[in-house]
Amino acid sequence: MAARGTQEIVMGLNGNEAVAWAVKQCNVDVVAAYPITPQTIIVEKFSEFVANGEVNTEFIPVESEHSALSACVGAAAAGARAFTATASQGLALMWEILYIAAGLRLPIVMAVVNRALSAPINIHCDHSDTMGARDSGWVQLYVEDSQEAYDTVIQAFRIAEHPDVLLPVMVNLDGFFLSHTLQDVRILPDEVVKKFVGTRDPIKIKVPYLGGREVPLVLDGETPITLGPLALPDYYFEHKMPQVEAMEKAKEVIKEVDEEYARLSGRKYGNGLTVAYGLDDAEVAVVLLGSAAGTVRYVARELRREGYKVGVLRIRAFRPFPVEDVVEKLSNVKVVCVMDRAISYGACGGPLFMEVRSAFYDSPEKPIILNYIYGLGGRDLPPAVARKIFLELLDIAETGRVKQLINYVGVRE
Amino acid sequence: MSELKSWRALPLGTVPLKFSTEFKTGDWRTFKPVINQEKCVKCLLCWIYCPEMSIVWDGEKVSVNYDFCKGCGICACECPVKAISMVPER
Repeated sequence: MAARGTQEIVMGLNGNEAVAWAVKQCNVDVVAAYPITPQTIIVEKFSEFVANGEVNTEFIPVESEHSALSACVGAAAAGARAFTATASQGLALMWEILYIAAGLRLPIVMAVVNRALSAPINIHCDHSDTMGARDSGWVQLYVEDSQEAYDTVIQAFRIAEHPDVLLPVMVNLDGFFLSHTLQDVRILPDEVVKKFVGTRDPIKIKVPYLGGREVPLVLDGETPITLGPLALPDYYFEHKMPQVEAMEKAKEVIKEVDEEYARLSGRKYGNGLTVAYGLDDAEVAVVLLGSAAGTVRYVARELRREGYKVGVLRIRAFRPFPVEDVVEKLSNVKVVCVMDRAISYGACGGPLFMEVRSAFYDSPEKPIILNYIYGLGGRDLPPAVARKIFLELLDIAETGRVKQLINYVGVRE
Repeated sequence: MSELKSWRALPLGTVPLKFSTEFKTGDWRTFKPVINQEKCVKCLLCWIYCPEMSIVWDGEKVSVNYDFCKGCGICACECPVKAISMVPER
């Protein structure tokens, strides 16, 4: 652990409040959010900070999530640091604006409390909402606990606004398991966070029609520019390529920001992209996202005490997907079980499973890779189920026999 | 057509390479607004309502910039003295 040069305070916060606290400390200019269900307490808590005069943020309660993100797009395009929060149906309603925010390269940060999509109406945790947004061009970070939610929101502004990235960032925390569960959260002093995130400094671009003059990439009356007008088949494709490049570069930036943050907080999340446990000698491993990683790691620790060589790989960055890292960390494992908290209907497995499995296609050494879909609509993943999964994997490692590639665990037959 | 540029040569953030005035949209038109200057009372409602800023007011008379007018007909519809007629393009 790095030496802590700073005085942290410990507060009993749930995930929502932890996010609100992080936003409070990040000098955010504009928060636009829809204030009613499926909204969480994130913006409710934040609006208290606004009402109490504890922040100088412009808080815009709007009539829908479509408008919430649109307002953030406008604010960010004008150079503001913008934040919003949503969940499930709300994210679904933001749909078309998600792509616009990414296409315009606006470094908006959004906390998404992961909740199931209707129908039927549910409100509890699964990853269907953000998995649906996986191709929208947003960086997606999934956190394991409320402390990480706090830390990751702070990191997210640095990642989003990094000149190599300039992409919107989604910080995803599991509904109820994190959002509504109380935990000790260490809060950095305001001035430390303020210094870490700095101010948003727009990059400069050369504009051909202004004679190649360098102007800030913001809407500004002094140096007027147009963002996102018509680009037809002759140019649309070209405008998408910088997004591809930025997403690739984001991998390094996520690592660096986590490293730098660790130096002032003492907290580090693996290498920033993935968090590995027991993978140096593991024969079987579980790969997953979010809060269930805590339960699975707890069971893995128990099993290791009993002499079983088991490991866990938590994917923190789902977009950009850390292909090289995943292959390197799992290449010596015999059997891997990828656990998805979402279904991709009609696909050859869950979204995370498809990523992990195709990452290994070109590797000469590859593990047997199975898919376990779990926890939809807030169904719990108790330690006993995680233990059963590990034991099944160990059995497959020994016999080499796979009964079923894609499994639905915890559902009544 | 000018030479197409590589994606690396584009300004970031979907900022276009050219001013919108370089993209002439007048050839989208099927009907063309023609102003009867004798009827025109210079109220400039057409100038206010034109979504393309194609109505030109030079301080003396109202005219149409046919390079950009798409022929939507809003000016003709809004004109209180029916001074604008929509004439089919040949």
